[in-house]
Amino acid sequence: MGTQFDFPGGIHPPDNKLRSLQTPIRQAPLPDRLTVPLRQHRGDPGRVVVAAGDHVLTGQPLSEGQPGRSVPVHAPTSGTITAIKSHEVPHPSGLEETCILIEADGRDQWYELAPCPDSASTAERYDHLHRTGVVGLGGAGFPTRDKLQSAEAAPDVLILNGAECEPYITADQALMRERPDSVVAGALALWRLVGAGRCLIGIEDNKPDAIEALRQSAEGTSVEIRVVATRYPSGGERQLIQLLTGLEVPSGGLPADVGVLCQNVATAVAVDRSLRLGEPVIQRITTLTGEALARPGNIEARIGTPLDHLLFEAGLDPQRLHRLIMGGPLMGFDLTTTGLPLIKTANCLIAGTAGEFPDPPIPQPCIRCGLCEQACPVDLLPQQLYWFASAGEHRKAEHFDLFDCIECGACDWVCPSHLPLTDYYRHSKGVLRQEQKEQAEADHARQRFEERQARLEREQAEREERRRARQQAREQHHNVAPAEASEAATAAATSPTAPGPDRETLIQRRDQARQKVEEAQAQLAEAREQTPEAVPKLERALNKHQKRLDAAEKALSDAQEDT
Amino acid sequence: MLTTQRIMLWVMAATLPGLLALIHFFGWGVLINVLWCMGIAMATEALILWIRARPVQHTLMDGSAALTGLLLGLSLPPLLPWWIALVATASAIILAKHLYGGLGSNLFNPAMVGYALVLVSFPEAMSTRWALPLSLQETPLSLLDSLSVFTGLGSTSVDAFTGATPLDDYKHAIDGAIASQVTTAPIYGDRVALGWEWVNLGFLAGGLLLIQRRIITWHIPVSLLGALTIMALLFGYDPDQSVPLGLHLLAGGTMLGAFFIATDPVSAATSNRGKLCYGAGIGVLLYTIRAWGSYPDAVAFAVLLMNLAVPFLDYYTRPRTRGHKRAGRGVPS
Repeated sequence: MGTQFDFPGGIHPPDNKLRSLQTPIRQAPLPDRLTVPLRQHRGDPGRVVVAAGDHVLTGQPLSEGQPGRSVPVHAPTSGTITAIKSHEVPHPSGLEETCILIEADGRDQWYELAPCPDSASTAERYDHLHRTGVVGLGGAGFPTRDKLQSAEAAPDVLILNGAECEPYITADQALMRERPDSVVAGALALWRLVGAGRCLIGIEDNKPDAIEALRQSAEGTSVEIRVVATRYPSGGERQLIQLLTGLEVPSGGLPADVGVLCQNVATAVAVDRSLRLGEPVIQRITTLTGEALARPGNIEARIGTPLDHLLFEAGLDPQRLHRLIMGGPLMGFDLTTTGLPLIKTANCLIAGTAGEFPDPPIPQPCIRCGLCEQACPVDLLPQQLYWFASAGEHRKAEHFDLFDCIECGACDWVCPSHLPLTDYYRHSKGVLRQEQKEQAEADHARQRFEERQARLEREQAEREERRRARQQAREQHHNVAPAEASEAATAAATSPTAPGPDRETLIQRRDQARQKVEEAQAQLAEAREQTPEAVPKLERALNKHQKRLDAAEKALSDAQEDT
Repeated sequence: MLTTQRIMLWVMAATLPGLLALIHFFGWGVLINVLWCMGIAMATEALILWIRARPVQHTLMDGSAALTGLLLGLSLPPLLPWWIALVATASAIILAKHLYGGLGSNLFNPAMVGYALVLVSFPEAMSTRWALPLSLQETPLSLLDSLSVFTGLGSTSVDAFTGATPLDDYKHAIDGAIASQVTTAPIYGDRVALGWEWVNLGFLAGGLLLIQRRIITWHIPVSLLGALTIMALLFGYDPDQSVPLGLHLLAGGTMLGAFFIATDPVSAATSNRGKLCYGAGIGVLLYTIRAWGSYPDAVAFAVLLMNLAVPFLDYYTRPRTRGHKRAGRGVPS
C-alpha cells in the first residue's frame, strides 16, 4: 500500500513523538475561567452576539459569521460572560485581539444543539458547518466551508491528512489510534458531503498503531488507508497530494484545481459531529510535550482553556522551562507567556528545556553548500532566495518563486551556517506584499487623478464651446454692409502671423477699402455711358478693389474671433 | 548535524589519502608546503579579520582559511621556495577572499587564484620544481634536504630531484615518438604514472567519502570527469598522437580538482543542473588547455574560467519549482 509518487527534498529530524504517546488521551478538567478569542481561524473575526453579564450555555454561539472569511465561536462551557475585551492571544506577532471572557459555572449545561437535517442541500450543509465554527484543525485554521466551496465540481479524490509529519506533535496520531471509528465516520461524512470519486487517508509509516486501528475500522468501507514513508514535510497539503496522487497543485492555485480536496483527520471528525449532532467546535485534542513536563501526553481540552492550566495538569517545571512553542519545533512559534488561551488551531504545546532547545549558535556566512536546496520540498533554491532577501532584492526573490515557499523550515534545519532562512523569506514576502498593497493604492490614486483631470478638461472644452457659440450669435447680430477695400487691410490679412493691428485700424482699413470700391463702381458706371473703351480697365480696377475689401473684412472678423 | 566548521573539517580529512600518497611518493616537500600554506593562510586571515574588525577567533574557527591553505599546499610543486608559496597563499586570502567580502562572498576559488597568480608570475619555478618520485631519485630527498630547498638555506641543488611530470613529458615526447617508446621512461612506472596514479586514486577515495557524507553532491565530479573523458576519447583517442585518457584521469591534479577544488560551493554553480554544466565546462576547458594550450595541467585556469560563468549559470539552470509548468529563467534587472 505504498505510493509510487514522490516529492523532492525533505528531511528526517528526530521525531520525539514517543514521549507524548505513553498514555491515552486525557480529559482536561474544566477551568474556572476561559478566554475565547473571536478569531481562531484564517480570516476576520465574527460579530459578537452576546454581552458582558449574559449567562451562556455550553455550545451557545458567541459570535456570528460576517460576509467574507469570518467564522463564529461558541461558548466552551456554561457560565457568565465577565468581559468582552482585548486580550493576548497565541499568535507569532504577540498582539492582542478581542476575546470573550467567561467565568464557568461548573455545571457545563449544554445549549440545545440542532443537527443538520437529512433534507439539507449541500450548500445548507456547508453553512451548517460554518455556523458550528468548523475550521481546519491541522494548524492552518482555514474555514472549512470556504475550502469545501473552492471546488466548483465534486473532487476526484478526497484526502484525509493524517500524516502528522512534524516532530513532537501526536494529536492526530492519538486520535487515529484511539478513536479510529470516529475518524472513519468523519471520512465517510466528508465523502458523502463532497461526493468525491475516492477517499484516501494518508498516514506516515511511523504510526503503526494508528495504521492498524484505522485499517480495522475502515474494513467494509471504501476508505483507503495509504501509508507514506516518514519524511518531513510529507504532511504539507501539497506534498501529501503529490505523494498520494502524483498531482502538483499549480503555483498560486488550490488543490481543487487538480480535482483534490484535502482535510485534516481531526477536521473530518469535527465535520461529522457537526452534521450528525450539531456539535460546534468547542474542544480539541492537543499534544502537551517537552522535557519540562512531568506528565506529557495528549489532552482533550475546551477551547479557551488557559495554557497554564493545561501545563499545570501536565506537570510543568517552571524552573526547567526554556522555550514554550505552540505548534511543532519547525513551523511553530514561541510564546512569551503561559497566560494565553487554547485555540482551535493549537495542535501542540512544547515546553522545552535549555538542553532540548539550545539557543541557536551565531549565524555564519552562507557558503552556498546547497544542503538547503537538497532539502527543499518545492525545488526552490533557498540559498539564492536568502542571497536576494538579505540584500533587499525582494523582486529577484519573487522572480525565484519566493511565494511558492511553504515555510516548512526544512532549509533552516539543515543549514550548517545556522541561518534563520525562513525568517528571511517571511520578511521578504512581507515587504513584497506591502509593496503590492502600496502599488495597488498608488494605481488607484493615479487612476482617480487621471479621471479627475479628464473631467476637468472635458468641462473646460464644453465651456469654450458655449462661449464660442455665444460669440457667433453676437457676430451675426452686428452683420455689417459691404464696403471698399484698402491696401493696409490686404497686408494685414496676408500676414496673419505678424502681430495684427488692433480692431480700430482694421475697421478703418475696411471702411477705406469699401470707399474705394464705391468710387470704382461709380467711375465704371460713368465710363459705361461716356467712354466705353475705358470699361475693361475700370472693371479690372473694381475687381481689384473688391478683393481688397473682402480681405479687409476677413481680417477684421478673424481679429474679432481671436479676442 | 553539519556545521560550516564540520564541513571544512570533513573536506580536510578527506584529503588525507591523497596527501599521504603524495608524501609517500614525492617526499616531505608536500607536507612542508601544506603546513606552511595552512599557517600562512590562517595568519593572513587573522590579520585581515583584525583589520576588518571582525571576530577573529570565531571566524578563524570556521576552518575555511585552513582549507584554502591545505588545498594550495596540495596543488603547489613540492620543491617550491617558501616565498612563492607565501605569495600564493596570501593572495588567495587577501585578494580572492577578503577583498570580495570574506567567506561566502568570493566569486573565484581563492586557492586557484593564488595558484594561477604564481603560475603566471613564476612560470619557471612552478614548472621545474616538481619532485621526481622518490624511488627514481639517486639518493632520496631527506626531510632536511627538503627543508633546505624550501628555505633556500644550505646548498642542496634541486636539479637532481626534479623532473617533468608525466603529463608534461608525454605531451612533448609524443611529438617524436610512439606511445610504447614514450612510456618506457621510468616516470610512467608499470601502470599509468608512477606515484601519480595512487595520489589520484587517494583523492578519488576521499572524494567518494565526501559524497557519501553528503558534503558534496556527485554532480560536479561526475560531469567534470565525464566531459574530460569524452573530450579525451574524441580528440585524443590515438596515444601515438596525444596524451591518453588514463594519464588525463590519473596524472596531474585531475581528481584533486574534480572532488576538492571544483566543488568549493562558494564559487561553484549552485543548482544541480548548474553544477552539471559547471563541471562539464571545467572538464572541457581542462582538456582544451592541456591538449592545445601551453600548460601541461590546467585545473586552476579551467576552474577560474568557469567561476566567471557561475552567475550566468545560476540564473539559467534553475530547477522547476513544484507547481510551475517550467523552470524560471534569468533575473529581473
